[in-house]
Amino acid sequence: MDASAQAPRRRWWLFRRQPKIRRHDLASQWQLMWWKFRRHTLAMIGMVLLGLFAAMVIFAEFISPYPPFERNPAYVAGAPQIPSVIDENGNFRWPPFVQGLKAERDKKTLRLNYVPDPSVKWDVGMFVKGEPYRLLGFIPTDIKLFGVTTEGGFMHLFGTDFTGLDLFSRTIHAARASLGVGFVGVVISFILGAAIGGVAGYFGGWVDNIVMRLIEFIRSIPTLPIWLALAAMLPRDWSPLATYIAITVILSLLGWTWLARTVRSKLLATRQEDFVLAARLSGCSDTRIIVRHMLPSFMSYLIVDASIAFPEILLAETSLSFLGLGLREPVESWGVLLFAAQSIRSIDQAPWLMIPGVFVIIAVLAFNFLGDGLRDAADPYTR
Amino acid sequence: MSLLSVDNLSVRFTKRSGGVFSRTIGAVSAVDGVSFNIDRGETLGLVGESGSGKTTLGLSLLRGTEPTSGTVTLRPEGGQLEITALGKRDLRRARQHMQMIFQDPYSSLNPRMTVREILSEPLTAGLTDARKLSGAEVDARVVDIATKCGLSVDQLRRFPHAFSGGQRQRIAIARALVLKPDLVVCDEPISSLDVSIQAQILNLLADLQKSLGLTYLFIAHDLAAVAYICNRVAVMYLGKIVEIGPTRQVYFTPRHPYTEALMSAVPEPDPDAPRRPILLEGERPDPANPPSGCRFRTRCRFATELCAIEPPPLREVQADHSVACHHTDTIKLRGALDLRGPVQETAGR
Repeated sequence: MDASAQAPRRRWWLFRRQPKIRRHDLASQWQLMWWKFRRHTLAMIGMVLLGLFAAMVIFAEFISPYPPFERNPAYVAGAPQIPSVIDENGNFRWPPFVQGLKAERDKKTLRLNYVPDPSVKWDVGMFVKGEPYRLLGFIPTDIKLFGVTTEGGFMHLFGTDFTGLDLFSRTIHAARASLGVGFVGVVISFILGAAIGGVAGYFGGWVDNIVMRLIEFIRSIPTLPIWLALAAMLPRDWSPLATYIAITVILSLLGWTWLARTVRSKLLATRQEDFVLAARLSGCSDTRIIVRHMLPSFMSYLIVDASIAFPEILLAETSLSFLGLGLREPVESWGVLLFAAQSIRSIDQAPWLMIPGVFVIIAVLAFNFLGDGLRDAADPYTR
Repeated sequence: MSLLSVDNLSVRFTKRSGGVFSRTIGAVSAVDGVSFNIDRGETLGLVGESGSGKTTLGLSLLRGTEPTSGTVTLRPEGGQLEITALGKRDLRRARQHMQMIFQDPYSSLNPRMTVREILSEPLTAGLTDARKLSGAEVDARVVDIATKCGLSVDQLRRFPHAFSGGQRQRIAIARALVLKPDLVVCDEPISSLDVSIQAQILNLLADLQKSLGLTYLFIAHDLAAVAYICNRVAVMYLGKIVEIGPTRQVYFTPRHPYTEALMSAVPEPDPDAPRRPILLEGERPDPANPPSGCRFRTRCRFATELCAIEPPPLREVQADHSVACHHTDTIKLRGALDLRGPVQETAGR
């Protein structure tokens, strides 16, 4: 049965009409991922929320009507003031206003109460003049996103704390530290995890063994006690900035294990892939195989892991600060703000001090939704 | 001189116990002392059941898996390369003479590269003579080989996910051939494709062999495909070659009992014809712990005491036809599609 003695072979596929090129055919993996990601509603919501948080971090001075350390002695432990367009008679009123207030002392408890003063209304406007600041750190301006235009009036959207600080402004500013710790922490964990996991996965053997046992050891320690122990080691006389950096480093020193495991397992898995072997048989160098073939094939998984690691670090910072061992005044983070809300007095007299907790929940959920969507989008087996 | 000479090639995988204090607890010899030659321009088929070491043998020829011992010599135009002795850089340089086509076209193409990138990578990334090509020359080579493999130029912009299995295999073939290699190891190139596509790919391989002067090692377990495309066939069992010879002889007048059993499995097109396959008894022995003497003796109906003591050497019984069996001259065996031969009591119904 010689190969030559076979039926005539026509390359019929050369004559066949070529199918039309669809947009899908020319799409790279990242484009396909984006298309799949877009259909994930929750993930899109998460992304929009994170966009809002990012805007909050960048334009904190512009969004917050007051500087975070400006006390309002006329409104201490005051309830949130919500602007309205309907006055007490049910008539529409433009521009929006907040009700004027006057302080009255309770005869029995001697507490200051703020009661509405129907004769006074404070107009609320957009882009009003406020305290001068530098936008993005270098553009001098004094325009705020919103504020009270009436002379002598004030508006505290989330109320004030027991020293008369505006909670809304502080919450906005605190996003910087909270998300900053998360971001820097994830970056450091990412670098550590990728390097250590990469070494373990690439060299294998006893190096891999030692790294894996180390990771198991770190992960077997209950997280809260070890955070507490490490945070308690920080000298109390360090500047708030130094504490801030130290807390970030502590959290990422414990957070790299997830990423290291992912990197290692993905390296081991892709090393077995046929296309990696094919690249080697084509004469590609080791560097090219790693950079061009192996890394891109699991980069998406790393991004997913990072987006899921983010809320963990955020929560870790919040819990540490809440317990009084993390960041401290004057650095503001959501955890620091919540630390002030943990007394019976604040729950009784100023429950609005817990509003920063809502921001923590929203941020964590947004990251989880985003990570979820990214994971589904990166998974080649779902359509 | 033949293009490729393989001499006493062995590949052993050591088995280690798990855990921190792992130690070697055994070895599997996937390929055990295999020797054969492939002449320029011919196609050698390599058949055998799953786990017989076919793929490992093919990979170790290209040092995709490092051989434990033995030598592989490749003789490209005007030179001689001892593949097994090459250092890392020299091996990368030698890649242009030998390439591989993989079984699964879904995993052998990087999903993140366009077809153009996949096809040009061997030209630009390897340490080959083609490295000095200009961008336009690389493009010309890519377009040329893509056209030869039945791909159109506008398809080069696409990513692998835009193609069907058969088209992907064309891309994989084009990638293997873009360096103009002398030897191509085809590792079951059609077994993951539809039957209708299989014929196309087989024809494409045969066409390319003629026009480019290629030499194939064709690994398959589809006996019909092997008969269609191969000049010679080698039969592997448990890491050893038990029979090697011209296709027609191996198929119709096999000289090894295992080949006979294998050939009796060739499907008969006539559904009414009586079918009497030779059903081997027992399981394939554990390759980590092969039987003494002849590896096939545990399932061979002709086995004697001699078979348990002495491993049979591969010896030439006819011109260009070698068999590893002590009793090959005394036993009478049936070939493929041979329905008139004697039927053993142990063989089927």
